Amino acid sequence: MVDNAWIAAALTSARPQALSALLRYFRNLDAAEEAFQEASLRAIRTWPVKGPPRDTVAWLIFVGRNCGVDALRKTRNNVALPPEEHLSDRDDAEAGIAERLDTAHYRDDILRLLFVCCHPGLPANQQIALALRVVAGLPLRQIARAFLVSEVAMEQRITRAKARIAAGNVPFDPPDAEARLERLGVVAMMIYLLFNAGYSRGHADPDAARLCDEAIRLGRLLLRLFPAEPEIMGLVALMLLQHARHRARTDAESQLVLLEDQDRTLWDGPMLAEGRALVEKALRHREPGTYQVQAAIAAQHARAKRAGDTDWGAIDRLYQTLEMFQPSPVVTLNRAVAVSKVRGPAAALALLTPLGDRLDSYFHYHGVRGGLLLQLGDTAGAREAFNRAIALAGSPAEAAHIRLHLDRLSAQPPLPPASAIN
Amino acid sequence: MLYAVLCYNDENAVATWTKEEDDACMARLAAVEDAMKAKGRLGPVARLLPTTSATTLRKTSGEPLIIDGPFAETKEQFLGFFVADCDTLDEAIQFARDLAVANPGGGAYEIRPLAIFHPSELG
Repeated sequence: MVDNAWIAAALTSARPQALSALLRYFRNLDAAEEAFQEASLRAIRTWPVKGPPRDTVAWLIFVGRNCGVDALRKTRNNVALPPEEHLSDRDDAEAGIAERLDTAHYRDDILRLLFVCCHPGLPANQQIALALRVVAGLPLRQIARAFLVSEVAMEQRITRAKARIAAGNVPFDPPDAEARLERLGVVAMMIYLLFNAGYSRGHADPDAARLCDEAIRLGRLLLRLFPAEPEIMGLVALMLLQHARHRARTDAESQLVLLEDQDRTLWDGPMLAEGRALVEKALRHREPGTYQVQAAIAAQHARAKRAGDTDWGAIDRLYQTLEMFQPSPVVTLNRAVAVSKVRGPAAALALLTPLGDRLDSYFHYHGVRGGLLLQLGDTAGAREAFNRAIALAGSPAEAAHIRLHLDRLSAQPPLPPASAIN
Repeated sequence: MLYAVLCYNDENAVATWTKEEDDACMARLAAVEDAMKAKGRLGPVARLLPTTSATTLRKTSGEPLIIDGPFAETKEQFLGFFVADCDTLDEAIQFARDLAVANPGGGAYEIRPLAIFHPSELG
């Protein structure tokens, strides 16, 4: 049955492949998008009558090419047209196209489309917005909502980004192996930034959750194109394992719920299973990288049925590995949390103290530090750290979470310092 | 007579469903399953995780090849399946290796983790 919902899903699913082939053909993002749009309109008109084509992607590419060429003919008199054999009007001609488009072809096309969105001259949030609009085909309205800006502002942002790309050189030559790997890394980073744009907002907000869904969808797309790249497996696994917890991450009042306090029955079982399966696949390659290690850490949390079952020793070791790949005070901060579980708050605090200069303006640093000081009985120090954290909070949910600690502090009589107890 | 009913669809399209759409589809399918279940005539039901989570063991004349991704040939047909409870992917691959030793020659075993599994209602 070909109803509207089926067609909508088929068009969304076909979009990256069809659009990227049209981009290779027209070498212009706007022309490719218009051609895809026109082909989609024709699909909506003809598929319910004639039935869907055998290969929807090939049909859209074929019809899109013809529409695009017609449009070019109308607007310009002297246009170098593509070879005539590609422009047949026969209905079944998409079958031939389908045969010519093997996976390798698709792969470089789609990677190019994603890579074009990652133009180094564009700020990260523009890269992400562009990928959502162009590759995922998300309506402007939704992207604007997800980024908390007006539709007009988002349209301007995307138009500017496209102008920037049009002015530069789109790399149309097929990449060699090294260039391909480089593009893959850039695109993977953009997808992870997209995911984090949603994740950092908390998932009580369905628009933010949508960003995470789209990031996972793009990640899976990339993984289908590069099925043997362990870092891409790691990236998709990492996003799945984090997103699987989204219903447990905020409570009914939109307050953040810490991992150890989450109701683990709210975690999405199949999503966790998929993430863990990908981590295992990736680790078999023995080519670790930052996404894989982060995913392995998330998988350790996912394995624990109760917070108390968490293997913090394994997590500490994984963070040490991550520190080697990606030395950063934020990684050490995370490791300190694991260390506090294995060796106690004093050992964790010792790890944190040298980071003070670099993380002084970082919300989580003061939040974690406050928690550790509290465990050590230093209420005055904890209060000061929590106050600092609130001042730096990036969202109301973050601030509210820290305020909870402060409220608890006020309700308790101050404890003597830990050293006095021992 | 026992019949296996195998599900085929465009997984890209299915992946564009929202959680609500997916849940609604699962609920409609569950209603059909329940009718068979009530008659005691439903065997195991499984939903597979996406093909990106698959690993394929391809039989060769020597050591089998372990390939990332799903089984992709079209000149071979789907002939049967096993469901095994394994702690690790390595265990599952070893199981497939044992199967390949028992049944050498052509073909492949695709190893796909399950998203959902309902055990058989049959006696």
